[in-house]
Amino acid sequence: MTETFEKVEDIEIRLLLEALYHRYHYDFRSYAMSSLRRRLRQAREQLGFATISAMQERVLHHPDMLADMLRYLTVQVSEMFRDPTYFAAMREKVIPHLRTYPSLKVWIAGCSSGEELYSFVILFREEGLEERTIFYATDINPNALAHAEAGIYDIERIKLFTENHRESGGKGSLSDYYSTGYRRCIFDKSLRRNVVFSDHSLVTDQVFGEMQLVSCRNVMIYFDRELQDRAVGLFRDALPRHGFLGLGSKETLRFSAHAENFREFVREEKIYQRIGS
Amino acid sequence: MSDQAKGAVIIGASAGALEALTVILASLPPRYPFPIFVIVHLPPKKRSVLAEIFGRKCQLRSIEAEDKEPVEAGVIYFAPPDYHLLLEGRGQISLSNEEEVLFSRPSIDVAFESAADAWGDKLTAIVLTGANNDGAHGLAAVVRAGGKAIVQEPSGAYAQAMPQAAIRACPQAQIMTLSDISSFLQNKSQ
Repeated sequence: MTETFEKVEDIEIRLLLEALYHRYHYDFRSYAMSSLRRRLRQAREQLGFATISAMQERVLHHPDMLADMLRYLTVQVSEMFRDPTYFAAMREKVIPHLRTYPSLKVWIAGCSSGEELYSFVILFREEGLEERTIFYATDINPNALAHAEAGIYDIERIKLFTENHRESGGKGSLSDYYSTGYRRCIFDKSLRRNVVFSDHSLVTDQVFGEMQLVSCRNVMIYFDRELQDRAVGLFRDALPRHGFLGLGSKETLRFSAHAENFREFVREEKIYQRIGS
Repeated sequence: MSDQAKGAVIIGASAGALEALTVILASLPPRYPFPIFVIVHLPPKKRSVLAEIFGRKCQLRSIEAEDKEPVEAGVIYFAPPDYHLLLEGRGQISLSNEEEVLFSRPSIDVAFESAADAWGDKLTAIVLTGANNDGAHGLAAVVRAGGKAIVQEPSGAYAQAMPQAAIRACPQAQIMTLSDISSFLQNKSQ
């Protein structure tokens, strides 16, 4: 009985994902099922639907419900300088290599609400590389991109961001980069001078340029193994020899089809370097 | 994924976890026929040494899971701090950065629910000592999917709240002392 019920739910999920793809061209069909299932159960309960099929019927016929669905389907949990040791390794080990280039392109893939992007821009400013760098911040969720572009964060979060920044070896004070008002921190617009925000999908879109550094943290953990291969394939194609790829602290290329195109550059921080052609 | 295990064991523990897990895991025989997933609440910003500690104490291989880690019988997988651990079917682990659940990441509930989806009646889930109520919902989901639920006897637990909450949410659970749980798991391997 329970067994049958579980299977019906999985069918409903697959149908919903097909509906989203055909109707709106959002392709979640190769996302990792375990977490997708959990978030769709949450959506069903919190949005008040009896079944996932009922939710599918609504979103198919009511485009204004798409934003609600995307809120559940894309995970937006981030912090500035998350894992300070990652940014410390970028500062100490990767930046010295990047300094040798006259101009730089950095891709923050799956930038969500922008915390990782601002961390990199601040790091590059502190290291004197911001002026020669173009940052590409991409995501599939338009609301997240708008949030990133606004650069406004709840003031409660700033204590953690500040601690992280200091632990990452930050040179100034994080407060140099934002002003406060109405319980919010507004990050300085000069930080966005060299940033291009763009709608880009690691699932369906192609490479759009050659990058010296790609940072894609805790984005691919929501993909299944095959889709991870596609995304890492894009990074492989975007990175010339010696280009850098940074992943989340518990992500790895060990299981990737493209593992042989990268070497571990800072092993414990999941910073890889492109090798070969 | 050719050599899929025939069942799985998942354990959730919080305050007092180290001592309780030692009783249970250190006595397991080598070549144990099931994978064992262990979810322990840990401070988010510190590196965990649990996998190393139990690698020394146990006869089984003990690792901290990375994303899309393949699942093998006879391996103990620890959830890393600050990530949820989910079972991606029977062959793979997925990690997730989603919001904390009951102030916890990893969340025992999240791991148990995904394990119940993946393993159904082939799953044994165990709630040990802890000072909150994580694991209670997850254990109920395990039972709904036909799996076996075990809870550490609260009076013998370092912290009683978690096993007590699990028993309330899941009256079908078998209540055992640590040494009973240990023998139960050893007998499962025969």
